[in-house]
Amino acid sequence: VSRAKPEDDEYWNSSKFKAFTFDDDDDEFSRLKESKRAVNSILVDDDDDEEEEDGVERVSWSGEPVGSISWSVKETASSIRSGSEQSFPKIDTTPSLSKQGSGYSLSSLFKGDLYDLSPEETVRRMQKGRAFSLEKFRSLQDKLLLLDEAVAVYDGNLITAVLIYLKKSLSKEILFRELMARDVALRHYVHYLKEMGEQKLLVDVHILLMQYKEHLNIKDEGQRRDFLKSCLGLPFSQDDATHVQDHYTLLERQIIIEASDKKADAEIFKKFPRKASILNMPIITTLYYSCFYHYGESEGTYSSPENIRKTFRISEKQYILTALGARAKLKSWFDVDSLFNTKNWLGYTKKRSPIGFHRVVDILQKNSAPVNVLQEYVNLIDSPELKLSVALKYKCHDIVINTYRDLKDRQELVVYREKLERDSPEYRKIQELLNNVQIRWKN
Amino acid sequence: MSTIQTEAAVYSAVQSVVGSLHMAHTEWKDAPGLPDFSLLKRLARDQLIFLLEQLPGKKDLFIDADLMSPLDRIANVTILKQHEVDKLYKVELKPIVSSSDQLCFLIRPRIQTVKWISDLVNADKVAGRFRRYKIIFTPQKFYACETVLEEQGVYGDVTTDEWNFYILPLDDDILSLELPEFFRDNFLEGDQRWVTTAGSALRLLQSVYGSFSKVYGIGRCAKMVYESWRELMEDGEQRTRQPEFAKVFLVDRDVDFVTPLCSQVVYEGLVDDLFRIKCGSVEFGPDVTSSDKSIKVMLNSQDKVFSEIRNEHFSNVFGFLSQKAKNLQTAYDKRRGMDIQQMKAFVADELKGLKQEHRLLSLHIGASESMMKKKTKQDFQELLKTEHSLLEGFEIRECITYIEEHINRQVSMIDSLRLLCLLSITENGLLSKDYRSLKAQYLQSYGIEHLLTFANLRQLGLLEEQQAGETLTVMESKVGKLVNDKTVGKLTDAFSSLAKKSNFRALSKRLALVPKSGEEYDLRVPRDMAYVFSGAYIPLSCKLIEQVLERDGWTGMEEVTRMLNGQEFAVTGGSSSSEARSKTDAQRIVLVMFLGGCTFSEISALRFLGKERGCRFIVVTTAITNSSRLLEALLDNSA
Repeated sequence: VSRAKPEDDEYWNSSKFKAFTFDDDDDEFSRLKESKRAVNSILVDDDDDEEEEDGVERVSWSGEPVGSISWSVKETASSIRSGSEQSFPKIDTTPSLSKQGSGYSLSSLFKGDLYDLSPEETVRRMQKGRAFSLEKFRSLQDKLLLLDEAVAVYDGNLITAVLIYLKKSLSKEILFRELMARDVALRHYVHYLKEMGEQKLLVDVHILLMQYKEHLNIKDEGQRRDFLKSCLGLPFSQDDATHVQDHYTLLERQIIIEASDKKADAEIFKKFPRKASILNMPIITTLYYSCFYHYGESEGTYSSPENIRKTFRISEKQYILTALGARAKLKSWFDVDSLFNTKNWLGYTKKRSPIGFHRVVDILQKNSAPVNVLQEYVNLIDSPELKLSVALKYKCHDIVINTYRDLKDRQELVVYREKLERDSPEYRKIQELLNNVQIRWKN
Repeated sequence: MSTIQTEAAVYSAVQSVVGSLHMAHTEWKDAPGLPDFSLLKRLARDQLIFLLEQLPGKKDLFIDADLMSPLDRIANVTILKQHEVDKLYKVELKPIVSSSDQLCFLIRPRIQTVKWISDLVNADKVAGRFRRYKIIFTPQKFYACETVLEEQGVYGDVTTDEWNFYILPLDDDILSLELPEFFRDNFLEGDQRWVTTAGSALRLLQSVYGSFSKVYGIGRCAKMVYESWRELMEDGEQRTRQPEFAKVFLVDRDVDFVTPLCSQVVYEGLVDDLFRIKCGSVEFGPDVTSSDKSIKVMLNSQDKVFSEIRNEHFSNVFGFLSQKAKNLQTAYDKRRGMDIQQMKAFVADELKGLKQEHRLLSLHIGASESMMKKKTKQDFQELLKTEHSLLEGFEIRECITYIEEHINRQVSMIDSLRLLCLLSITENGLLSKDYRSLKAQYLQSYGIEHLLTFANLRQLGLLEEQQAGETLTVMESKVGKLVNDKTVGKLTDAFSSLAKKSNFRALSKRLALVPKSGEEYDLRVPRDMAYVFSGAYIPLSCKLIEQVLERDGWTGMEEVTRMLNGQEFAVTGGSSSSEARSKTDAQRIVLVMFLGGCTFSEISALRFLGKERGCRFIVVTTAITNSSRLLEALLDNSA
């Protein structure tokens, strides 16, 4: 007790801590108020005399005695209690309370000791699961010493234990002010509040995202949209603000599209019934959906691919990949074709792609495109080696044969012939080439 | 008080069995034998029974979903029934249907679960129903959980206990704390709740198997765990017993994020990546069993086929299995031309073994086939090529394009994230424009709610945007040439407080983690631990262990530890006679504790290292992890 005194003085005189005092002249008063608040928050009897004892009860943290004797005591105690059970029972001070474990009655024996313990000693007791009391840590300085001690022994459980006490006995503002300078403790506190579902108490900027995260708990899409709208005002970084805005716009559009498509009776919906609703799907999935069901719609409609592409600033590469997947799935090879067609100033069409044509082939093949379609795109692959390997992989015979012919590689042609069905057109084609005396083979 | 009493019970149980312990391995051969860890299971089971007996009479038992498999490994329903457990339920955080007068909850200390229990109790109260409730927290209780009971007004109505089930032996050389949440809680949330738990696990090992002569470690958490363990030992009784482990190495997962992010290609790792090994067992679906049902199999050293291929590079597995199959055929063929007597002997002595082997063989062949199919489908080769380029720092632009397309095509959300993280760590963060563009595309493809995931990854340093101050590294390395190490150390300290950087490229160079490209690597005859990643990369974590054991400390590795943000330590244990015993076999057993999880590839690498150096490694991990588990723990895209 004596060691706390000088520090107390220092504390009350130091201006640094001034914000904490409710009444500069009367610290007794503030202490009283504080303890009253603490007491009220723990649902004990109004009797002030009991305060200390209840304090011990409240924070003592030790398990049940496991001996069979204490168990039988407890059993009788609880059966006594059950007789007078109410829906919201008050903790009383009749002996039945001792059912909370003999550790508590023991602790009251050396209550005096508990109140004299230093932060170090208190933390030691906590570590060992012995009875302890935090109530005597009244001044901010003492509370912080206690917290620092818990942090010093690296025990997250104890850090949280102390924080729970500080939460009850300090105002939110003061607690946060102090935690800002104590990173380890702050993180424990934030995690604790998150687990308790009390993130609203958090004022840290990091927590913006936690607020945004709340939307995941909202099932109704209308409400979810409105909630996202309310998030738009939060001070996110510029980058994240754009994403949150996108999220809101996306859901808003999806709700409109969903409402109309649910009852849509266009041919495409009959031929390929929707497997799921489009609500809450990612942007690219929405784009795919619109390329699948709403291809060719004018840019003015929300459901058109063009509109989605513009609204969400989708790159050309991404757009082509997605549209390609959707149109290939529908086997609309004409649409696939026109995706890559570009006209030059002379009016000739030429195929151009922001993604490698080997990737295009890959996607077409996965959507079981016929060989003639595949061949066209394999031929567009720039690198001869890559072209050959893709052609081999997907059995585009003509291309393989022509490539070997151009390389004047007789041996490879012979090898390849053996893999083909005898008398198939490809087989005969190789046969003809091999018989062609005009070609100067390199081997 | 319960903690103390139950622990006393555990330790007296320890003493009663400890006597028989050394008998098992009096003779060491070339590679030292391993301690018998089944003892840990017995201890855990005995304590559980003891706790169940504290609630006499019939009771229903509610078990946390993630405790069910661990519980299965040490007890079974019969044992539970013997101790008057009537019905078993999984904790689902929903209203319950139970007619029992006594409810017992076997749970991890989680606030959410305790809130659910409090609600049950309060609902019973309103309904005027009287029951007895007991919560058994494992491996320990937390103050915050008890506060929930208090706040909900059910403290006292519910009794609580602790089941100190700290360690589950998964195999001869793998011990797990089965605490996957350790990773997120400690590294992301910065919550140190499990530090003492890890310390207690070490104390348990020390109490049962003897003390250690030397402890090394690296990482903030490792340091704290060591301190906590030391404190616990100082408090407890000192045991002067022959140590069974020579050395202990503690390592934080965040010291090496690269390794768990790489695709696994040794058999056991691959099985884990594709089928998810859970608590030492895996469920093979119809595609593997070539029947219409799934089979659950235990994967450990008991499985003779598995134990031969688990550490092999996948490319060797086919050859091995087909050779095995041929041998098996030959063995079966012996039956031909046997007379009755020979046949009788064959059936009695060999057939059962052959059939067993047959069953295992066809299972692993089925698994290999199915894995091959899956991997071909996802263009695994191309993926591996990108990973290797990233590790090597080669053709980074092409890698970025590949990752971008991966994202654009909405291929596996986790794989995209994994590649992004690998890119960021190996490159010390992404250029601002790359970061923004890749993040935007990721959110478009997989959902904007991944904003939260990105915030988490950033906080952990797994996926970062390079800051303007990046040039510091350049300056730092220049300064390094001019002044002595000490000054640089101070400078680095100052810098590392600004941003924790991975320094992967520099570390890789310094420790020779990535072999020079172009060199042939014969995966059938591995020359170093790099074989676990096709010869492309030696796991950083394992390389550190190798180096420290070789040097008997961190001397000469100052630059490396500095790049790893320091926090390394080496302590010589209390037993002064350790010198004298340095030649005993126990001195050749090294316990490695991974805080935040360890992958099967790392375990394979350590087994390889052990063989090379004539020692054995025992891995203690908070949980088995892999890239998917690691990243899933950081996702925040669902409620």
